[in-house]
Amino acid sequence: MRRLETLTRDAVALAGGGLTPPEAEVARQMAVCNACRYCEGFCAVFPAMTRRLDFAKADIHYLANLCHNCGACLHACQYAPPHEFAVNVPRAMAQVRLQTYSEFAWPSALGALYRRNGLVLGLATALGIALFLVLVLAMRGALLHQPLAGNFYAIFPHNMLVALFGAAFVFAIVALAVGASRFWGEWSPGPGSGGASAEATKDVLTLKYLDGGHGQGCNEADDRFTLVRRRFHHLTFYGFLLCFAATSVATIYDYGFGWIAPYPFFSLPVLLGTLGGIGLLFGPAGLYVLNRRRHPLHGDPAQRPMDRAFIALLFFTSFTGLALLAWRDTPAMATLLALHLGFVLAFFLTMPYGKFAHAVYRAAALLKYAIEKRQPNTLALGAD
Amino acid sequence: MIDVLVIGGGNAALCAALMAREAGASVLMLEASPREWRGGNSQHTRNLRCMHDAPQDVLIEAYPEEEFWQDLLKVTKGVTNERLARLVIRESSTCRGWMRRHGVNFQPSLSGTLHLSRTNAFFMGGGKALVNAYYRSGERLGVQIRYQAPVDRLELDDGRFVAAYCNGERIEARSCVMAAGGFESNREWLREAWGRNELGEWPADNFLIRGTRFNQGVLIRAMMDAGADIIGDPSQSHCVAIDARAPLYDGGICTRVDAVSLGVMVNSSGVRFYDEGEDFWPKRYAIWGRLVAQQPGQIGYCIIDAKAIGRFMPPVYPGEQAATLPELAARMKLPEASFMRTLAEFNAACRPGHFDHTVLDDCRTEGLAPPKTHWARPIDTAPFYAYPLRPGITFTYLGLKTNERAAVHFGGVPSDNLFVAGEMMAGNVLGQGYTAGVGMSIGTAFGRIAGTQAAAAALKERAHAPA
Repeated sequence: MRRLETLTRDAVALAGGGLTPPEAEVARQMAVCNACRYCEGFCAVFPAMTRRLDFAKADIHYLANLCHNCGACLHACQYAPPHEFAVNVPRAMAQVRLQTYSEFAWPSALGALYRRNGLVLGLATALGIALFLVLVLAMRGALLHQPLAGNFYAIFPHNMLVALFGAAFVFAIVALAVGASRFWGEWSPGPGSGGASAEATKDVLTLKYLDGGHGQGCNEADDRFTLVRRRFHHLTFYGFLLCFAATSVATIYDYGFGWIAPYPFFSLPVLLGTLGGIGLLFGPAGLYVLNRRRHPLHGDPAQRPMDRAFIALLFFTSFTGLALLAWRDTPAMATLLALHLGFVLAFFLTMPYGKFAHAVYRAAALLKYAIEKRQPNTLALGAD
Repeated sequence: MIDVLVIGGGNAALCAALMAREAGASVLMLEASPREWRGGNSQHTRNLRCMHDAPQDVLIEAYPEEEFWQDLLKVTKGVTNERLARLVIRESSTCRGWMRRHGVNFQPSLSGTLHLSRTNAFFMGGGKALVNAYYRSGERLGVQIRYQAPVDRLELDDGRFVAAYCNGERIEARSCVMAAGGFESNREWLREAWGRNELGEWPADNFLIRGTRFNQGVLIRAMMDAGADIIGDPSQSHCVAIDARAPLYDGGICTRVDAVSLGVMVNSSGVRFYDEGEDFWPKRYAIWGRLVAQQPGQIGYCIIDAKAIGRFMPPVYPGEQAATLPELAARMKLPEASFMRTLAEFNAACRPGHFDHTVLDDCRTEGLAPPKTHWARPIDTAPFYAYPLRPGITFTYLGLKTNERAAVHFGGVPSDNLFVAGEMMAGNVLGQGYTAGVGMSIGTAFGRIAGTQAAAAALKERAHAPA
């Protein structure tokens, strides 16, 4: 089935001259970069490029997802606008990345959700919140209630929440896995090794390629290097992981030990969730400020709604979660819970159709790179 | 009044400005270009040739002073000043700590430049990243920087700098460093320097400029008129063969075509004119600009076949491709008969050997003039490719005579407060020829010296000035 889809996609692409306009633009710029190579020290994109002489669709998709949009190569580029070569690798790569998210999405028809992604995330959130508010009304008859000592299950039955969010989560994971396998299937560098996997994991966990190659960081508003984006992204990423850990621990408490929520503040799930929630407040807030201040030539301006909607979704998921924790003993708990669950549901459902997908394709590209760089370079260009 | 005026905006000017500012002088920098084109030819550079006696961070093994000096002596064929050259060489071994402090990052040699891993420290991101770092550092230290500020003349008083004229404004300063580049972007001057050839052509009209469009040589001309001591031959320039389709200015590194030693070069009459396999390409690329400049129409065509693909650094423009040699001749508008005769003679003259493009192999021609002494293999495997090449000027050698204090000279007498650095004086050290990274070594060494001297001259004058 997948092979058929791949063939169809290739045929469609061939009919259109092989490369889409964003892909053709990357191929054009890579011809300039491959003849120059000054940026080799910044990141993985350029060393991967020097292993190639031609840039086919799959190569372009790989390089585009390897690019972290750090901006270093743009500011260092002797061929950047206003030069007539108009090289802007971060922008060209970003435009192809968006195309790959959309193309690899599963079910394929939902790839179209990337077209107006800010709107999609907004509507998903609105529907999520509306759904839970209606459910509160249906189950309790009113949005306010007598204090319930933080017992969420007095509002929504435990099994209902597990079924709903379990299904949404499994769906998101399956959709992302299909996307990742489509990306991997386009071009695979061959079997991985323990070393390659370990390196790719480290590159993901440390955001190695936001360090600029020299450890001073990436570019934001100008040619100055700074580590702020890396740090805010760490807050976001590890905040997300802590929240995920909180939920996992709570699930183990519930099913493994029969310890039913609510848990006290100084319990492991609540502490993990609170810490993670704080990371998910400051991380996205910082990333939003940086996104607003980015140099106008950085990245693809058309993707700002997608970026910012996702940042906002993360921020408000955390914000409503912390608000729920703060006021869970009050009559507002049901309303706060509905708000929070609305954001969480929107987050899960849009994971495969929003900015979240970048994590999956970036990690896969880094693994491809870690595998490929361990193989001998087959080119012998003779300049040495 | 400002202490030190720095005219120029590339590596040497920036080194001078930073050193002068660090010495406590107030500094104003005048860069002729708009901000987005700042940095002159430095934005196209990528490394610094460095003396070192032992492995050093990104540099392997050793590159002692004597070896650096011998290399310089060889490429300049003796047209150098040993005292100044050794000054540059020694400075190159100690300047990198200072460069790092001003934000320059180094990295090991790039892929395809293994031959430079011992001698040259590469700037991470290339010369524009270096230029950006220096500008940031200058701004932080309080160097005043003006863009679109070309200087058209200086006011001198008996060999002393008084003021510079920029956009109609008279700018006084206690001392001045000129580091405003050569004259290679000045088409009229190039035309005049190269003159007419026996075919009645003006060869320089067909030259491309590999670097900035802002090196108009205005200050060199002004200093010549003012009677400063001049060195170098105006008709000499570093001239390499680059892709004829390159932009008129700022094509930089990527317009090079490294396939010449793998094929044959013919002129517009379809005739070969030099041994393409004389030596490794990195050692020979710099002679081909002049060779092509001497051909009618100042154009050459590098012809290779499918066997060469994947054996040279990828050029920025794809080669013209054809299934047969006559078709390739037609596509390049070369006279088919003589082109085919050249190729047939070449193919027949190739002696069998063991082809290896990584060594000086034994594949050569016999009984052919000019011969091809290495890597000669018949051009017989379709598809065939052609790259049109034109002379690309990197820099000019004409400049101001100077001494170890970077002082400008008038009638053999050094000025007290007018200094020179970079391309405007590189000819003192590099009278002809070139070796990778040496321009940046000269610019950095003399930029730093000029900045220090200019600050000292200004501060001395300030101390003596009546209150």
